[in-house]
Amino acid sequence: MAKIKGAVKVDIEKCKGCGLCVEACPTKTLDLSKEVNSKGYNYAYMADPDSCIGCANCALVCPDSVITVYKTKI
Amino acid sequence: MADLEKIMKEENIVYKKTKVLTDNVMHYCPGCSHGVVHKLIAEVIEELGIQDKTIGISPVGCSVFAYNYIDIDWQEAAHGRAPANATATKRLMPDKFVFSYQGDGDLASIGAAETLHACNRGENITMIFINNAMYGMTGGQMAPTTLVGMKTSTTPYGRNIDLNGYPMKMTEIVASLPGTCYVTRQSVHDAASVKRCKKAIKKGFENQAKKIGTSFIEITSTCNSGWKMPPVEANKWMEKHMFAYYPQGDLKDAERDNPDDYIKYIK
Repeated sequence: MAKIKGAVKVDIEKCKGCGLCVEACPTKTLDLSKEVNSKGYNYAYMADPDSCIGCANCALVCPDSVITVYKTKI
Repeated sequence: MADLEKIMKEENIVYKKTKVLTDNVMHYCPGCSHGVVHKLIAEVIEELGIQDKTIGISPVGCSVFAYNYIDIDWQEAAHGRAPANATATKRLMPDKFVFSYQGDGDLASIGAAETLHACNRGENITMIFINNAMYGMTGGQMAPTTLVGMKTSTTPYGRNIDLNGYPMKMTEIVASLPGTCYVTRQSVHDAASVKRCKKAIKKGFENQAKKIGTSFIEITSTCNSGWKMPPVEANKWMEKHMFAYYPQGDLKDAERDNPDDYIKYIK
């Protein structure tokens, strides 16, 4: 059976680390990084890349539109 | 990681930033609802293909710089006067899509008269009303929409009914005016509500093409800096306290309530 796989790309420099995407993610794929970007924000990243289903919930709630979502069948 | 590279290809994109939004970094605080609403307006404009025909009226408040982020024509209004400005713009250029974008301090306080009269005249404009229950930009002072008991910098012991009166339900007032065709209250705190809100904004813009009256879209939103909460907690606080006083959903929809009148209008 084909499996749906997703991935998200976060524009790290524009991310303000508000954490709304982490809350919106149904599979707990996203988390806030311990590292900071040049502005000092803990940016969002894929903590568990395998679990992403490409639902785009994170991108919908992102106030700064920094998330691009990809989805494919493997 | 090789797997991720396979997935991250141009043809697999299911969601990306719309081109109507500029590449400027927004000056809003982390987690601010303004960013989501800007994005939804930009997406609706792109979907309807009206980028060169849309004129926004930006208010005074945090969203005063909206012209930096949405790549359309803008006009700046004095505090509270966006509906009056939008009326003039729409009457001079009836083919353009005109929308006003205002906060609660702007629309419900100093601009209350302009708002009510623009809605009462049934101007063919879309009004977007961001209600975060306080004056966000100037440091979190009490607005007409501040909830009873809510602490702000001018009501440090909470809003007192005897002293400050009751929170104003602008959307209910506007819905009672015959000039409005679509009055709704939405929010953008989770993915489902963002999708609903986008549909409402789209409907507001489509109503302009049908020339059936004013569309008024309130968006209950958060001001995490003013409320002094982290963004996620602010969303939960809004769900718990704001939604009880400001119930979500459509208050008036000409298409749904009076289908016969609605068809007559279009003809």
